[in-house]
Amino acid sequence: MITDQNTPAQKLEKIRSDFPALSVKVNGKPLVYFDSGATAQKPRPVIEAITDFYASKNANIHRGVHTLSQEATTLYENARAVIMQHLNAAQPEEIIFTAGTTAAINMVASCIGKMNFEPGDEVLVSEMEHHSNILPWQLLCEEKKGKLRVIPVTANGELDLSELDNLLGPKTRIVSVVHVSNTLGTLNPVEKIISAAHKKNIPVLIDGAQAIPHMKVDVKKLGADFYCFSGHKVYGPTGIGVLYIDGKMIEKIPNYQVGGGTIKTVSFEKTDYAESPLRFEAGTPNISGAIGLAEAISYINDIGWDTLEEMESGLMTYALHRLDRIEGLEIFGSPKNRAGVISFNLKNAHPYDVGMILDKQGIAVRTGHHCTQPLLSKFGLSGTVRVSLSFYNTPGEIDLLISGLEKAKKMLE
Amino acid sequence: MSIPEKEKEIIEEFSFFGDDWESKYEHLIGLGKSLPELNPRLKTDDKLIKGCQSRVWLHSEITGGKVKYAADSDAAIPKGIVALMIRVLSDQSPDEIVNAPLHFIDQIGLKEHLSPTRANGLVSMVKQMKLDALALKAIN
Repeated sequence: MITDQNTPAQKLEKIRSDFPALSVKVNGKPLVYFDSGATAQKPRPVIEAITDFYASKNANIHRGVHTLSQEATTLYENARAVIMQHLNAAQPEEIIFTAGTTAAINMVASCIGKMNFEPGDEVLVSEMEHHSNILPWQLLCEEKKGKLRVIPVTANGELDLSELDNLLGPKTRIVSVVHVSNTLGTLNPVEKIISAAHKKNIPVLIDGAQAIPHMKVDVKKLGADFYCFSGHKVYGPTGIGVLYIDGKMIEKIPNYQVGGGTIKTVSFEKTDYAESPLRFEAGTPNISGAIGLAEAISYINDIGWDTLEEMESGLMTYALHRLDRIEGLEIFGSPKNRAGVISFNLKNAHPYDVGMILDKQGIAVRTGHHCTQPLLSKFGLSGTVRVSLSFYNTPGEIDLLISGLEKAKKMLE
Repeated sequence: MSIPEKEKEIIEEFSFFGDDWESKYEHLIGLGKSLPELNPRLKTDDKLIKGCQSRVWLHSEITGGKVKYAADSDAAIPKGIVALMIRVLSDQSPDEIVNAPLHFIDQIGLKEHLSPTRANGLVSMVKQMKLDALALKAIN
């Protein structure tokens, strides 16, 4: 139990002991895990909730009259309630379980395409989007002869909003931007974009995949029409994610995937569909995934989001300070507000080589284009080394990273 | 020397490092550095083996029934692996190249670089070396 009496080091030790994967060894060395931006490790309560569901509560949900089915339904709907409260959504109808962020964006893009999307209509994204927030819109624009427009990124890795008003034109059907960049760590002022778009009655989707693990997000305060994230990046299981749809928007969204669970009555002549969220959750959903995700959110709730933010901000400052002092190391982007990740390269060293040499030392980082090729092209890069920080990382691990990088530098010079 | 003989030679060379990954990788990087330079005119997109992260250019030609390879990479470790591959496969007949099982990478503890999950194009490189050998056999 963490109490205020614990020192920060004791708190951290307790937290780390909750994550079994943090004590594995790789290449004979204790794992130093700096790849939480790709997927976070899971605390024991999440693992146990999933195991427990399959061991003693497994049943299909929503239509069973037997006890186990009703209990499983309760667990699944309670999970929705936990997410709803966490995001400060107003009603369960606004929380739709998806397979993840990518699935959520694909769903919205597909639906927008069915809502009188005319040739020449526009979708506005930004230059720092993950491919998952580019390709579904690009596909829509190709199919419907629409146009993808792009908010540029400045040299220091922030969104250049100086032309935002011009980019939001009479043909703009939706804006879809990232809350926190998965490559640069930039925390974008999405509330500004939302309010500018709403003045012109344009809906906004926020890709929160990299924001949700690092901060408490209030969807009502942001005013987003759509907000989505993946469970596995916020200490939950893979294959589960959330799409929040503002209550005022739900009725306007046409059906997406339909099938079992989405209906009230079916006949060959006419089907009467259920209300949201059931209308959008066709087929047997990822029940254990939803339960695991809710458990992950509850786990962080117990630690406290303020505590998490404070721990991560301390680590971020320390990591930037240490990395900045390695000669020949260039950090990409210097945003005023940053969360989660730092991208960099060592002079004259390929990120693949750096990543491999770090791996030999037990240090897990990500290398490559991070599914943001347009952003990297802008900086004239084909790849970077990316270090992701989580509240479970330690200053000592950052020291190991620094000495690991010094070794890589020496070996590759 | 035949392909199995060359493989044996490399396995013996690397057995010297034992568990010392650092010396092993330094040696590998050194092998890459000493790879004869690929004519810049040959570093074209059609010679590029597309991998996710590092880029590898491969040029193949045939003289006197033997395939000769030349290659380059923008990353040091993949370039070292490329150098090893060329050492084993260059100057061999197309048939020998196509049928070579190439166990040595596994045995010198560099298998991870040839695992498809690394997404580094080195698996594609071996495949391309064999495909080139087949194509050159046909025109020879």
